[in-house]
Amino acid sequence: MENTINITVIDREGTSHDLEAPTDMNMNMMELCKSAELPVEGTCGGMAMCASCHMYIESDHELHEASEDEENMLDQAFFVEGNSRLGCQIHLADDLDGLVVRLAPVGE
Amino acid sequence: MIETDILIIGAGPCGLFTVFEAGLLKLRCHLIDALPQAGGQCAEIYPKKPIFDIPAFPEVLAGDLVDNLMAQAAPFKPGFTLGERAETIEKTDDDKFIVTTNRGTKHIAPVVAIAGGLGSFEPRKPPVENLANYEDHGVEYIIKDPNFYRGKKVVISGGGDSALDWTNFLADGIAAEVSLVHRRSSFRGHPDSVQKVIDLAEAGKINLITDAEVVGIGGDGKVEHVEIKKKEGITKVECDHWVPLFGLSPKLGPIGEWGLEIEKNAIVVDTFDYATNIPGIYAIGDVNTYPGKLKLILCGFHEATLMVQSAFKRIYPDKNYVLKYTTVNGVNGF
Repeated sequence: MENTINITVIDREGTSHDLEAPTDMNMNMMELCKSAELPVEGTCGGMAMCASCHMYIESDHELHEASEDEENMLDQAFFVEGNSRLGCQIHLADDLDGLVVRLAPVGE
Repeated sequence: MIETDILIIGAGPCGLFTVFEAGLLKLRCHLIDALPQAGGQCAEIYPKKPIFDIPAFPEVLAGDLVDNLMAQAAPFKPGFTLGERAETIEKTDDDKFIVTTNRGTKHIAPVVAIAGGLGSFEPRKPPVENLANYEDHGVEYIIKDPNFYRGKKVVISGGGDSALDWTNFLADGIAAEVSLVHRRSSFRGHPDSVQKVIDLAEAGKINLITDAEVVGIGGDGKVEHVEIKKKEGITKVECDHWVPLFGLSPKLGPIGEWGLEIEKNAIVVDTFDYATNIPGIYAIGDVNTYPGKLKLILCGFHEATLMVQSAFKRIYPDKNYVLKYTTVNGVNGF
């Protein structure tokens, strides 16, 4: 389909969800997960100000580097790895077709 | 006992605007909030961020919006119980509610309006096994009294100002040993605090452990060591206290136990007047849910306005009320 890419989200139970993601709706990964009713909070609404959309990039896509704001907020997340990102900072675009992400564990 | 007409749980934009709309109906309000200041998320998370969808404000900073709401509410002299979390609710024989906070402050009102947003802000707890068993036995999320750490071995986690400031403070002749664990080598705190931490580490006065994370706790009934994961592997660090400082996140908390109908962490309301399933308790703003709900400040303002009309009828069932326009009548404060 035009303006649609395929993205796989692995939830915290290890189940894979294959999602069709629109690239013409100005959406990001946090919003995509919420729209698919996956357990991503997105408390701050997508300003890189809460770290509740922490996810790991599992495929070898080259993403833009995390901004200082994003790095600062990842400081407040847990189990941060080299492939950690905030979903709200990953804008859905054609070059992300086939992206695989895994939701990071959440604290209490 | 604090007495009021409408007891508002949550002093965010929605709760503050309720004071104004209630005031126009000559109803008094008192607000309870877990944060030490009014403004909710706007004040706590993003005071310097612009908001573009408040009607008639092409752009307004979240912090300024809060200041304006406070000014707008001021004529109606709202009361505040700040820094305390609404904990329990009980019904009195004369159909009022008593709400008690975690510090034991009691409030009584015929109407309770929950404007709690996403909940009360609580320290973010790391997902470390057996964490709860060590809470108050060596694990603290907030440093209340630095003297508590006198002569102790303390591990602090985090990379922001509170982690840096407490590291510097406790290292200055209070704690016996201070270790700061942070996931990377740069810090987001104030440059002076960052420099001080680096200087202390170079002088051997603190253990600065970067590119690392605490992943485990051990000890017999109290914290005796933490496990710190680095690239090279996991090492044990002996300590008496672990203080994880990872900021705050909102939790629905005790309100979830009040017998209200909850759906996906939100309180189900009737859009006629934003009443919950318990007569006399209303829910407005981000904390409620109904078909078509949008979590927007502007929708919360609308909900607050309709809600107080219903609250008025509950408090004064025999009084007639006619909507008055502020342009005609002005704002007559208390």
